Amino acid sequence: MPEIHNFTLNFGPQHPAAHGVLRLVLELDGEVIVRADPHIGLLHRATEKLAENKPYNQSIGYMDRLDYVSMMCNEHAYVSAIERLLGIEVPIRAQYIRVMFDEITRILNHLMWIGAHALDIGAMSMFLYAFREREDLMDVYEAVSGTRMHATYYRPGGVYRDLPDSMPQYDASRWRKGAKLKQLNRAREGTLLDFVEDFTARFPGCVDEYETLLTDNRIWKQRTVDIGIVTPERALQLGFSGPMLRGSGIAWDLRKKQPYAVYDKMDFDIPVGATGDSYDRYLVRIEEFRQSNRIIKQCIDWLRANPGPVILENNKIASPKRQQMKGEMEGLIHHFKLATEGYCIPEGEVYAAVEAPKGEFGIYMISDGANKPYRLKIRAPGFAHLAAMDEMVRGHMLADVVAIIGTQDIVFGEVDR
Amino acid sequence: METPNNKNIQDSLSGNLVDSLKKRFADELVSCDVSIGDVTLEIPARHLLTVCRALRDESAFEFEQLVDLCGVDYAQYGITNWDTDTGSGSFSRGITSSTLANTSARNIDMPSRERFAVVYHLLSHSNNQRLRVRTYAQSDPPRLGSVVEIWNSANWFEREAFDLFGILFEGHPDLRRILTDYGFIGYPLRKDFPLTGTMETRYDPEKKRVTYEPVSIKPRTLVPRVIR
Repeated sequence: MPEIHNFTLNFGPQHPAAHGVLRLVLELDGEVIVRADPHIGLLHRATEKLAENKPYNQSIGYMDRLDYVSMMCNEHAYVSAIERLLGIEVPIRAQYIRVMFDEITRILNHLMWIGAHALDIGAMSMFLYAFREREDLMDVYEAVSGTRMHATYYRPGGVYRDLPDSMPQYDASRWRKGAKLKQLNRAREGTLLDFVEDFTARFPGCVDEYETLLTDNRIWKQRTVDIGIVTPERALQLGFSGPMLRGSGIAWDLRKKQPYAVYDKMDFDIPVGATGDSYDRYLVRIEEFRQSNRIIKQCIDWLRANPGPVILENNKIASPKRQQMKGEMEGLIHHFKLATEGYCIPEGEVYAAVEAPKGEFGIYMISDGANKPYRLKIRAPGFAHLAAMDEMVRGHMLADVVAIIGTQDIVFGEVDR
Repeated sequence: METPNNKNIQDSLSGNLVDSLKKRFADELVSCDVSIGDVTLEIPARHLLTVCRALRDESAFEFEQLVDLCGVDYAQYGITNWDTDTGSGSFSRGITSSTLANTSARNIDMPSRERFAVVYHLLSHSNNQRLRVRTYAQSDPPRLGSVVEIWNSANWFEREAFDLFGILFEGHPDLRRILTDYGFIGYPLRKDFPLTGTMETRYDPEKKRVTYEPVSIKPRTLVPRVIR
């Protein structure tokens, strides 16, 4: 009689469902997973080491490139670590702008997640729907910071600049002209806030569309219900955070429990799951779409009524205005010092965490008083989630591995750092 | 960042936590204080596991979650490469790479401590509190007990600290490198590891495979490290 061996299968690192560069070494008994060993680090860029060799402000851009689908939330954690070490208070308008963009980022991230997750397990059209709305939000990013993704918009002491009074519009071309062009530019005639408001008005309808495609879809439910169940006790032990933790039924959200910026002034709810399976995590994230939309609306109302400064006037930390820099000696000196040497931060250490779309994104910063961080540790939510991959896929079928990678919402920029 | 009301509540919570930590771990702790709203507990390595277990299980603490674990290399703490204190008449003109390693230490009393520390960030959901625990790893190579049994999330975090700093965690079930390349030599986040790395890799069309060679670029400092 022939001896039966387990089968070892190499998955990735170049695989469309690996969400980047995940290499999984899977041990299979027939089609059932016995053990999964994720090999990570293929995207390791030593962000922490680089940041330790640069003045503080030059690393903001690296934060965008960590979790590259929730850019501004990463920046938020980094600049709030610096702000806490410096002991500075951010202008209130800047805090509202940050909250608004954190939530826009959350929607961007969840759109990417739902598109990729659905595509992985067989629902192609979701991807196209999700990217339709992503495009509008990318335009908001571009209008405010000049780039579609890697914004570097948050600065220690506030945000780079106030919200613009106009939105870029589509030009006429062979494909876009006449009534069609007018319709495309309809929402873009006013300010950026008008455009975002128009988005928030139509977005709940878009979420309804996603739900009609997936929520009661038989195939979707077969692929996600009872897949990758995590009990609340295990979720805590494994260091889960964000929707992964809430999907297991633990109502924990830093925006409510340890509010930062102006989240304590916002009215929103925290959705939680019941069984802790992939389907519950899907429902949690869908509800987060709606709640983020609610928060954005509240921010728009406040921002319309309350003009004011968006960054500190203190030129020892925040760069002076262009006009000052060109016209005044002192402005020029401040700009030169900030651009060459940067600023020194008093000795100390701080851990600043934000509720990023994927979970708790934290920055642990040690300063020895220099113009560069002595040690910067980036706590990425995806790292803890992927560490639990082995436990989550054990006993499932090979095809469920892809569903579980999808439900964990893994992005390798932050896992590998 | 927080509203004043919130801040007061948070401050009094931190104060309470410090008091109860000092009372409970009077025999074990080296120090316990609050800075910038964060509570830090420093314990010697030999008490690490017992203290951690107590922090997780006792009702006064209940730190159910290990949020983060990281290594720190204190080898060049407070060392700058640009002397800014040269009197009124002159400036030091930056640095050359040969003197980069230890140009000038700051004129402060550096506490004598071990080179490597491991920092644990704990979170209590029940009490809505955070705690930072710091332990210095002694001996060479640095060694510490593993907390994987206490918080399972430590597994990959300890692998990472081993990979980047060479800190050994005794009792870890599977202490392998995690972020660096297969066959990597050295501990990249140590302060004596050059920013440029030691090896560079490229595809060699003659050998028809990927080759590794010593790096050809020189390390350089664009912005000197200064303390003012």
